[in-house]
Amino acid sequence: MKAAVITFPGSNCDRDMAVAFERAGADVARVWHKDTALPAGVDVVAIPGGFSFGDYLRCGAIAARSPIGAAVIDHARRGGYVLGVCNGFQVLTEMGLLPGALMRNAGLKFVCKRVDLRVATTDSAYTSGYGLGEVISVPVAHHDGNYTVDAETLARLQGEDRVAFTYMDNPNGAMGDIAGVLSENRRVLGMMPHPERVVDAAHGGTDGARLFAGLIGGLALA
Amino acid sequence: MKARVHVMLKDGVLDPQGEAVRHALGTLGFSGVTAVRQGKVIDLDLAATDRAAAEAEVKAMCEKLLANTVIEKYTVEIS
Repeated sequence: MKAAVITFPGSNCDRDMAVAFERAGADVARVWHKDTALPAGVDVVAIPGGFSFGDYLRCGAIAARSPIGAAVIDHARRGGYVLGVCNGFQVLTEMGLLPGALMRNAGLKFVCKRVDLRVATTDSAYTSGYGLGEVISVPVAHHDGNYTVDAETLARLQGEDRVAFTYMDNPNGAMGDIAGVLSENRRVLGMMPHPERVVDAAHGGTDGARLFAGLIGGLALA
Repeated sequence: MKARVHVMLKDGVLDPQGEAVRHALGTLGFSGVTAVRQGKVIDLDLAATDRAAAEAEVKAMCEKLLANTVIEKYTVEIS
């Protein structure tokens, strides 16, 4: 199983993301934003958290249109897996790979704390390692995590079981308490909380490890 | 030619920053402000000399990058 972790200027969770994939048994390639192609044979692309391009214009907007961005969109359109965390989630919505947008937190403050998430579906490689309705503890650290989508699309996401995680105590005003959503083919996941920050007992929790293990296990079987 | 792009949140999209500005104005004694919406102004200098072509190009820029049409609307002025 081969994963590619993209680094943009301003990414700061790229190393943690790479380590989380390595821990779960993946071969990890690090990819620079100016690259125009992904390494051959990549199964999963991860877009890490951070402040790509200084959050200029809109969070994730410039990264979504960077040279590697076109290759990531192609990968997803061909049915490849893409995981976007925090700024990565913002990038995926700006690419149009996931619906909606991440707006400024309703409380206007940067929120940096551990939150409880409810696993809202187990029907994806990312969430197959959890129990439905299980509550897991994962950190958030963002200023723009207020997931916003029109009412029709929200109903569709919920009706198609595409909400991956919801907040137990909504920290940012996100519609439907949504912390993470899946694409129509369930292979693209965007989420604001950071699973890569809870994969080792020394992190104070390991609830994120099953996301990476489930993803890699699911791909090994496929 | 010059172009000025105004990017605003669509009507109906909650604007937490505008709401905070409205609240702060109230704190300063400006009690008559019933709503505030905050947006962006982007000025562009263009090599184009044809007005219609410039407008079409800037609209394409808005669709591709300058605005996120999921939540934002835009207007283009050419001068």
